[in-house]
Amino acid sequence: MEKILSVENLHVSFYSDGGEIAAVRGVSFDVNKGETLAIVGESGSGKSVTAKTLMKLLPKQNSIIKQGDVKYGGKNLVQLTNRDMEKLRGSEISMVFQDPMTSLNPTMTIGKQVMEGLKRHRTMSKKTAYTRTVELLELVGIPDPGERINQYPHQFSGGMRQRVVIAMALACNPKMLIADEPTTALDVTIQAQILELMKELQKKFQTAIILITHDLGVVANMAQRVAVMYAGEIMESGTLDEIFYQPKHPYTWGLLSSMPKLHADRSLPLTPIPGTPPDLSHLPEGCPFAPRCQYALKVCHQYEPGKTKVSTTHTVSCWLEDERAPKVKKPEGIGGMQRGRQSKIAGS
Amino acid sequence: MGRKPNETPEIPDDMFTPASPGIVTKAETSAAPLTFWQEAWRRLRKNKGALAGLITIVFLIVVSLIGPLFNEYSYSQQDLVRSNLPPKIAGLEWLGFDGTRSSGENTYEERGITANAWFGTDEFGRDLWTRLWKATQVSLFIGVVAAFLDLLIGVVYGGISAFYGGRLDNVMQRIIEVLVGIPNLIVIILFILIFEPGILSIILAMIITGWVGMARVVRGQILQLKGQEFILAARTLGTSNGKLIWKHLFPNVMGPIIITVMFTIPSAIFFEAFLSFIGLGLQPPLASLGVLIEDGYQSMRFFSYKLIFPAIVISALMISFNLLADGLRDALDPKMRR
Amino acid sequence: MADKVKLLEVNRLKKYFHAGKKKVLKAVDDVSFYVYKGETLGLVGESGCGKSTVGRTIINLYKATSGNVIYDGMNVQQKLSVRDLKKYKKKMQMIFQDPYSSLNPRMTVAEIIAEGIDNHAPGISRERKMEKVYQLLELVGLHSSHANRYPHEFSGGQRQRIGIARALAVEPEFIIADEPIAALDVSIQAQIVNLLRELQRGKQLTYLFIAHDLSMVKHISDRVAVMYLGQLVELSGSEKLYANPLHPYTKALLSAVPLPDPDLERTRERIILKGDVPNPLHPPCGCRFRTRCPEAKAICAEAAPEWRETERDHFVACHIYSACW
Repeated sequence: MEKILSVENLHVSFYSDGGEIAAVRGVSFDVNKGETLAIVGESGSGKSVTAKTLMKLLPKQNSIIKQGDVKYGGKNLVQLTNRDMEKLRGSEISMVFQDPMTSLNPTMTIGKQVMEGLKRHRTMSKKTAYTRTVELLELVGIPDPGERINQYPHQFSGGMRQRVVIAMALACNPKMLIADEPTTALDVTIQAQILELMKELQKKFQTAIILITHDLGVVANMAQRVAVMYAGEIMESGTLDEIFYQPKHPYTWGLLSSMPKLHADRSLPLTPIPGTPPDLSHLPEGCPFAPRCQYALKVCHQYEPGKTKVSTTHTVSCWLEDERAPKVKKPEGIGGMQRGRQSKIAGS
Repeated sequence: MGRKPNETPEIPDDMFTPASPGIVTKAETSAAPLTFWQEAWRRLRKNKGALAGLITIVFLIVVSLIGPLFNEYSYSQQDLVRSNLPPKIAGLEWLGFDGTRSSGENTYEERGITANAWFGTDEFGRDLWTRLWKATQVSLFIGVVAAFLDLLIGVVYGGISAFYGGRLDNVMQRIIEVLVGIPNLIVIILFILIFEPGILSIILAMIITGWVGMARVVRGQILQLKGQEFILAARTLGTSNGKLIWKHLFPNVMGPIIITVMFTIPSAIFFEAFLSFIGLGLQPPLASLGVLIEDGYQSMRFFSYKLIFPAIVISALMISFNLLADGLRDALDPKMRR
Repeated sequence: MADKVKLLEVNRLKKYFHAGKKKVLKAVDDVSFYVYKGETLGLVGESGCGKSTVGRTIINLYKATSGNVIYDGMNVQQKLSVRDLKKYKKKMQMIFQDPYSSLNPRMTVAEIIAEGIDNHAPGISRERKMEKVYQLLELVGLHSSHANRYPHEFSGGQRQRIGIARALAVEPEFIIADEPIAALDVSIQAQIVNLLRELQRGKQLTYLFIAHDLSMVKHISDRVAVMYLGQLVELSGSEKLYANPLHPYTKALLSAVPLPDPDLERTRERIILKGDVPNPLHPPCGCRFRTRCPEAKAICAEAAPEWRETERDHFVACHIYSACW
């Protein structure tokens, strides 16, 4: 597999009234050509900040990339000047934002907005740009693109707007698409449409997607690989099956068991994760999840765990993986949603 | 599966036992909770400009109240012997307060006057130090009273309009639009021509159209708040309208109201000065900053001190009020607080 | 629910809003259902389908355009005496969606929770009141030392707990929960849902649980009603509805929910609806779902389907299940 982006030991901080907020603390991951990497986490886990750092879209006045590299095609994006980054943005890496209501300019026709990117990054005549825009709109499933190209964003529904945003993002055939909660603002039936569309386009153009989301259902539907973030760190990363059927980190267990299952017995209570996420300006010592972790050891409250490789693709940051730690069985019901499959994996 | 142990040999083995649940309970942050106003004050103090503005305003208010007591002259007492005396302060001669005119002659020596006029005197021999602080008093009084009356009318009008909504709101907003449509200078000039020019008529003339801004601010805020879920929650709890207004709506519009008042005061002061300058304001011997500036402007080339002191005071007032209002806006802005 | 007593009955409820001149938004158009005492009725639908309006009309935040809401034998949409209205407001409470805008930022937690107590028992002594506030705080999983703090010091989940405590302060029988977990993180959602279920068991509460998250609704509800463009399309026991949905919209909705199980996601077949929800100002004639329905017939454009009980406790509004079709 061809690696197209690799992030190494990224640290990002914000400064506010209350002091420094360490939003991202030592995040590393790779993205391969044509695959979808999902970054899952709750609000404040640093997943959106990571995405914005890749695009260099963080507010200059109060944020700083303290450390780390983002390598893309032989370049280190962290050190790139703004002008060089602008060339990259939209043509090689694009982004789809959460809210289709605010990510389009309300005073411009959607045709102009899609064409803008085309004109900036590709030299083409007005006529070819126009036909290409119509093609793009058709591609993302907008009916009568020839007519709707001259309409304004308010004449589109939320789902249709998100399609336009995707068309804008894909206008120059980028190698990588960063989708920051692309379906969170949409209804379930529309979400299904958009996810289907993204998968279809990915297959067609071999685009790598970094999908930022909090919804494990969306992850299961879209991703090949998953990174689970908590308090600015990647707690566990692995292939889709590894994370869903053989999770090793208590936080991943907690996330999976706090979701209700459509097919599960409803008389049983859900198993939530107790407590609330930590305050990023006053992080606890040791593992940031330790205060909420029911398996926490003494060591967890004092030392940060290192990364343990469970398999070539599966990495976890947890003291339970240390050989001195007591053996803990993961809670029932996780990965057991399909028992046949589960035993098959375990046996192999 | 090949598991690589973590490379931290210094950690003793007994650390790998389950932590006592005592550690798990989250430590309570014991910092005393700040009320909204305490926190706003904390933020305001951090803003150097606003703090400087506040200090200047307090200083000017205090000096304007006690300043006239420092010498024996009253603001209206005429003494033609002492007319057009340049400023002279004992001990501050090196700063230019030496009693010499711009032409170089010393008026005090020429006329043999021993009692110093600190900021000089005007053509009728009225002491300008006393007049300046009297004028500052009057200007501040006009500004504060006009802003306060604007507030009273605006809050009641805007509040009723937004709270009851519907047709009433519609009618009340049309009235406002009509008022805004009339050029307010014409209203004020007519008003002053009919009534005697004086403090009262100037204040009345200014609030006749001035409250509209406040009413709009309050209406906008309350309309926005009315849709908030905590208002709906209060309704479902059976809270009466009166309580809804006083406990839920009013505390939440206080911020924007204060900010609007702080911007209204300097503009009222300035508007009064403008009226006086074009001759529609207070009539001598009563002084306001505008009257003094007008007087000083007449003889600017020979007696520039008559213009300089009131100009400095009015500028300081305007800048200070605007700095403070800006600071308050930052400190009270609900968006900063989550 | 051995003895199924209908606590709340909603009959042909309509709520129209005037959206500009001559435009009428039929937010709720002829909705009928009932809620048994002690059960949880889930009300699901996509944004703009009118599910929140149903809740707010029931609790009298909106006046219904027509139709009845009968609570415990009393028609509450009629003009009620002040005393009856107060009694009704005490029996029914609401939990709101947005934990940030549902608490007054200028009031302390104690003041927020005590508001209902003040309104309904004005003579109560301060000690008794505070004692009750502390009890409520502990009940919803907060600490009594939180009473003097302000809402902005709490996280979303904790704020939602405060909102629940506020609703419980007047000792209601019936609680309308309007998307109470939509704004919360996954791990916190489960905390709140468990809390709501515990409280229901402990205090014999009846819930109308409004949400768009179908898996949570299924988890918490005994029966589920599905809404589309201001009308109910299906209502049934939650197990039955999920195992055997009748209405094409319910089927599509269920199949659109992404499940946190990669194998299931790979194998299951989705019904992906075409197009968007029509503009509620101009809903389609006949059946409102027909423009997106994969099984639409000619009759669907001509007549609106009837709301009928196809089997015991399973209601559906679709021509496929009409007797005369």
